[in-house]
Amino acid sequence: MKLELEGITKRFGTLVANDGIDLTVEPGEIHCLLGENGAGKSTLMNVLFGLLKADSGEIKVDGKVVHFDDPGDAIAVGIGMVHQHFMLVPVFSVAENVVLGFEPTRPLGFLDRQKAREDIRRLSSEFGLEVDPDAIVEKLPVGLQQRVEIVKALMRDVSLLILDEPTAVLTPQEIEGLFTIMRSLSSTGRSILFITHKLKEVLAVADRITVMRQGKVIGTTTPAEADEETLASMMVGRDVDLVVHKEPAKPGETVLELSGLTIADERGITVVNDVDLDVRAGEIVALAGVQGNGQTELSEALLGLLPVYSGSIKVGGKDLTKATPREALRAGIAYIPEDRQLEGLVLNMSIADNLVLDLHNVPPYARHGARNLTEVRQSAERKLGEFDIRATSVETPVGTLSGGNQQKVVAARELSRPVRLLVAAQPTRGLDVGSIEYVHRRIVEERDGGMAVLLVSSELDEILALADRVAVMYRGGIVGVVPPSVGREQIGLMMAGAADGAQKPSAAGPPTESTANPSL
Amino acid sequence: MTAIPAEPAAAPATEQPEPSGPWWKRSAHWLAEGNVAVVTFLAVVCGLVFGAILIIVTTTSTLHAWGHLGSNPKHAFGASLTTVGHAYGDLFTGSIFSPSDLTHALRTGHGWVTLFTPLSETLVSATPLILAGTGVALGFSTGVFNIGGQGQYIAGALCATYVGFGVHAPLAIHMPLVILAGAAGGAVAGFIPGFLKARTGAHEVIVTIMLNYIFLDLLSYLLTTRPLQQPGQSNSISQTIPSSATLPHLFGSNLRVNAGLIVALLVAAGASWFMRRSTLGFTFRVIGSNPTAGRTAGMDSRRATILVLTISGALVGLAGMSTLAGTDFFLSTNYGGSTGFNAITVALLGRNKPSGVVLGSLLFAALDTGGRYMQAATGIPIDLTTVIQAVIVFMVATPALIREIFRLRDAGAGKILLFTKGWAG
Repeated sequence: MKLELEGITKRFGTLVANDGIDLTVEPGEIHCLLGENGAGKSTLMNVLFGLLKADSGEIKVDGKVVHFDDPGDAIAVGIGMVHQHFMLVPVFSVAENVVLGFEPTRPLGFLDRQKAREDIRRLSSEFGLEVDPDAIVEKLPVGLQQRVEIVKALMRDVSLLILDEPTAVLTPQEIEGLFTIMRSLSSTGRSILFITHKLKEVLAVADRITVMRQGKVIGTTTPAEADEETLASMMVGRDVDLVVHKEPAKPGETVLELSGLTIADERGITVVNDVDLDVRAGEIVALAGVQGNGQTELSEALLGLLPVYSGSIKVGGKDLTKATPREALRAGIAYIPEDRQLEGLVLNMSIADNLVLDLHNVPPYARHGARNLTEVRQSAERKLGEFDIRATSVETPVGTLSGGNQQKVVAARELSRPVRLLVAAQPTRGLDVGSIEYVHRRIVEERDGGMAVLLVSSELDEILALADRVAVMYRGGIVGVVPPSVGREQIGLMMAGAADGAQKPSAAGPPTESTANPSL
Repeated sequence: MTAIPAEPAAAPATEQPEPSGPWWKRSAHWLAEGNVAVVTFLAVVCGLVFGAILIIVTTTSTLHAWGHLGSNPKHAFGASLTTVGHAYGDLFTGSIFSPSDLTHALRTGHGWVTLFTPLSETLVSATPLILAGTGVALGFSTGVFNIGGQGQYIAGALCATYVGFGVHAPLAIHMPLVILAGAAGGAVAGFIPGFLKARTGAHEVIVTIMLNYIFLDLLSYLLTTRPLQQPGQSNSISQTIPSSATLPHLFGSNLRVNAGLIVALLVAAGASWFMRRSTLGFTFRVIGSNPTAGRTAGMDSRRATILVLTISGALVGLAGMSTLAGTDFFLSTNYGGSTGFNAITVALLGRNKPSGVVLGSLLFAALDTGGRYMQAATGIPIDLTTVIQAVIVFMVATPALIREIFRLRDAGAGKILLFTKGWAG
């Protein structure tokens, strides 16, 4: 399919999300749409998929102007979309999920499962998808679930497939597999629109690249003409330093000591299994792993948010195994939570209030149970400058700030206490390149100031850039601790469960459940 | 497939451009934005309009006039206007003051008591609503739904009664003791669901509703036992409390408005300070908005749940005390009626702000007292005011409807969505 977007404009109130976008996707082309969060990529895709109506502009399919009132119209002309968050029914089989919505039936309305299975097998072998139609979706690893979404689109005869941030949840090996599938799809003449903000992937797979910034198309280029630096500066609008500058670590005394740490979730399933780990002052230890392998639970347990089943947590020699979150914070842990909007901030409250969530009831912010709002405001104004938080006033509700500024509010609060250990969980998730640069620099500065840093991240680039040591987690256990210099390939294999990355596993296994559920 | 367009919300702060120009232009902008106060005001207008329609179609003479709309349209409109005008005039006269009484009092210098009686009655019925409504609002702000107002009200009144007739002391000691007893009774009734929720996770809505029945039946039982029951009475009514235990009248014995109103206004002012300026109030607000963030910042949400339900219960208990020691002086079965539930309504109307609760309570109290007068004067049933109250609450609860009816711009809606949903990224 040849797709042409001409002058697409979409406004939300005073915000122009898409400003006269022109975009052409040739038949059989892998076209990357690159841009930061808020650049207008998702809005554009929602317009293209009939979820939003453009204020002006035209969509042409093979030269003919089309109008999409809802996704059904877009599907009818052959546009398919794989969303970042999968739209699958977890307890249904692959076949059932794939036919959902246009089930093939036999007379009297019986489901024709046999036909569904055959169709899936045929498509699966044609494109090397290796999807079993009878598998239950929730038991499949994320990478395979994504393939189910692709099969779903293929079953509806797509000639243009939109992939919205498809690599966020995949291991490096799964990403390679996805790229292979993308190439085999494009070789049959199908076009692919690949949305991402990851530069390496763009250069690896794209035929052409369109960069968006602030609702406008900045330019179109090809991997042959561009490199990471030029793409990044097109995205951000200025020169960007992609390399994190840091000296070798000078580790001091041990700050965090985990021994035999085992954590069970509410259902009694072991999510962290017998973990031993030390983090010393002045070093950054990264917990690498595909999401859902126990990293989140481990970091939450450090703060006392999850109960420890067995083993112990010590910070600076002090036993925090049974500590409450308040005790853990007062013992010198700074915690940048994984989901800043859910765990880190109260969005309808002001910046000033959010900066004292932890210390709201101690001097100088309060005395005898009464808050000292003058002190709260003045201290907030100082931090606005110190942490480069861009806001009109400290009374602005945090929810109106951009993601990067919200993260700076969290960091400003957490680093304003006397702290020995920084636990940073996905500290740059969803941030723009400029903010990522800032957060990374800050983390390295804290390390150089003698702080022990435990970094939890699912972005391998971030881990390789920041970590002094990498602890790889798989199914709740630590597969190994390696220096980042062993490289992307080996860490990737360890993330899929191979000890030391020596042998290649068949696929990255389901990331949950371990010892307590032997059936898996 | 339901993807939401995440981009606009994830985009950096898009602050509404402040309107400039002369004051009238700015206030027009402010009105058109449909903020909370405007929506509430328009909800009241809707309630009154709906009430007017009800009056017209339920009054024989106006309905008859509309039946002859074709032959005499003037009469149909005229009769409707007259009937509605009379009814709403009576509503005003019965709840605020009567203009003729005012001229009479000004001319003769007498009849001041008559003039102020309606206002006094409105303030008397607003008093328990302010207290209970503030209590419920504190809970709502903390994300706790206290539906147990009825039970806490009875518990407060019950304790006040026991201390009222059981203790013998001069007014200066006795009355404060009665007030404290009312608060303590309600506090215990509020502590129970708070404790159960914090310890076992039992949902406070279920527990408080069940406690309503327990306290209702406990009251019925106690009213048949010594020493609570009035001696020499077979009816289920309690002993009367002595005058040293009552809340003194503020403007002489002929107007029923009493010191309970002072207590209510002090409590509302205190609650307002508490939520805005105290550390505990801050904790309550954080936990009400985002308990996960509160927990991550080291706040103890269980403790907050117990405390807020206890405080909330104490305030509702004070409401029970205020009617017992202010106007009734003895208990009977079903004491308090639906005050505990009306408290939820005024908390909603006042957007969980104590100042809003005070205004909402005054409005509802005025509709109640005025409605009684209207029923006596024009024969329109008092249920009409209940309908008006219900329409107001309905409209307040669905601001989108008000914006649609009055074509207001949807200013705050995007932001509100942002606050409550929390976008990924």
